[in-house]
Amino acid sequence: MADVTMAQALNGALRRALSDDDRVLIFGEDVGKLGGVFRITDKLQADFGEDRVFDTPLAESGIVGISVGLALAGWRPVPEIQFDGFSFPALDQVISHVAKYRFRSAGTVSLPIVLRIPCAGGIGAAEHHSESPEAYYAHTAGLKVVIPSTPIDAFNLLLASIRDPDPVIFLEPKSRYWSKESGELEPNGLPIGRARVLREGEHGTLVTWGGMVPRCLLAAEAAAEDGVSLEVLDLRCLVPLDLDTLIASARKTGRVVVVHEAPMTAGFGAEVVARVVEDAFEYLEAPVLRVTGYDTPYPPAKSEEYYLPELDRILRAVQRTLTF
Amino acid sequence: ALRDDDYIFPSYRELGAAVVRGIDLVRYLHFYRATWHGGTYDPDEHRFGMVSVPVGSQILHAVGYAMGMRLDNKPVCSLVYFGDGATSEGDFHEACNFAGVFKAPVIFFCQNNGWAISVPLARQTAGKIYRKAEGYGFPGVRVDGNDVLAVYRATREATERARADGTPTLIEAMTYRMGPHSTADDRSRYQPEDEIERWRSLDPLFRFRKYLEIEGAVDHTFVEQVESDAGELAAEIRKGIVGAPSRDAREIFEWTFTELPPHLARQRDEVAAALEEEGAGG
Repeated sequence: MADVTMAQALNGALRRALSDDDRVLIFGEDVGKLGGVFRITDKLQADFGEDRVFDTPLAESGIVGISVGLALAGWRPVPEIQFDGFSFPALDQVISHVAKYRFRSAGTVSLPIVLRIPCAGGIGAAEHHSESPEAYYAHTAGLKVVIPSTPIDAFNLLLASIRDPDPVIFLEPKSRYWSKESGELEPNGLPIGRARVLREGEHGTLVTWGGMVPRCLLAAEAAAEDGVSLEVLDLRCLVPLDLDTLIASARKTGRVVVVHEAPMTAGFGAEVVARVVEDAFEYLEAPVLRVTGYDTPYPPAKSEEYYLPELDRILRAVQRTLTF
Repeated sequence: ALRDDDYIFPSYRELGAAVVRGIDLVRYLHFYRATWHGGTYDPDEHRFGMVSVPVGSQILHAVGYAMGMRLDNKPVCSLVYFGDGATSEGDFHEACNFAGVFKAPVIFFCQNNGWAISVPLARQTAGKIYRKAEGYGFPGVRVDGNDVLAVYRATREATERARADGTPTLIEAMTYRMGPHSTADDRSRYQPEDEIERWRSLDPLFRFRKYLEIEGAVDHTFVEQVESDAGELAAEIRKGIVGAPSRDAREIFEWTFTELPPHLARQRDEVAAALEEEGAGG
């Protein structure tokens, strides 16, 4: 089996969606000839034509707003927002319409829109290009929020998102775009809403998603050298959250540390902690901890290594739960 | 001026258009009665979108819909209603820009009634609304919004342009807000009384009736019949909506997603238990 990068896997999923369903449309800023600033839509316009894959004016609210109308007209829009930090002008359309359309129409009209957003930091990007907006979307009722961390998951979850009858915010961790995995780009039927145990362990669980997954795996490896066996859980979807897998792991290990890039306060980690405390309290051996970005704006690229959870911070938190 | 399969995107003031589209007004008025948000009619069946509240946000939906029709090579256009205040919102400008670039067969229908709650037009724009179309590369027309036939003609011409080659049109219909914005409004604080009086004499219903009478198209009996029919219909609607029961609170969970996710199933069970308890207690 050949190695594929997440960027190739996402391109493969879009290509497959375009050819399987002639109602799928891809549009956004620079997605046509250029193939997107990350080349996720590489060659799709050349192969599927300018009606199916097209550049739009530089206007994010417009991109999401026309998606609503296109969906009402029977199309399946898969718009791209170029960067996390530029998804905010579209929040009104996302919150007021995309998330609420089925609800407001009393279940009559669903909007099958997949909003793709490259997200988060760790790639030395400029200001406004490293935001982690997942909590905004997860907090908005009516949206599904998907964030893969590996190429094969990215391929399958993007296909599942495009097939979904409801709107999906599909977050693509930029730091994982060039990560490689050996596997075939063939649909494996993975549905939205299933977490994945990437490594089994006994003494504690690291719960994470997106760009922090590889660091948590490294932390688990480092801990293993000291005889500490850590389970690593990749949530993959924040909404719906796979409570069964999360709670089972918390009950099994009794110690949970949540790791994410976004700032701590009211981050999605807080939700994970609350769920674990609600449903696994009597199994817990220690407080559930969070290792996250700090409660500051995202720093300049030269300082991002101090901001993002790094190995020692993760291991220190694990140590705190072990010695509690 | 529209064909039946053209799609209308309303703001929250399009009762008249809803009537024309055959929407059951009791269902439409659920929104105003706070029994349901979007109204409980089927938007697709009536080609009439849901009531849209965030000012100007529905304009983009009309453009997307028109783009979708063009991609399907269907000779269908969309018409979107909004007010003068909405032309200050970014979505209005993004919508006009997209429509011009993609040649989306859409009609932007601005009801310029001079007021956005208490703020007059001069605080919304230093220019003329219909002339903004020029900047986006398509025609803008200003029409006497209280002249039924003038509005009809401007709209019909706009649909012809839209169907011919996807040219959008911005129609600025000049009118005046004769009532308060809402029951919480106090228009005596900002609207000059003489202005209201001047516009009262330009009432479009009165003018159109006069025209029809002068032309001999209708007689006194016809007008009386219409007025009495309207009174009866209004009474029937009032009865229907005032007596409308609240909806089953469990529905909010069913309608959020197509398939009920586990966390919502839990929350629905909580409400279901509360309803059962109420039922048992009552």
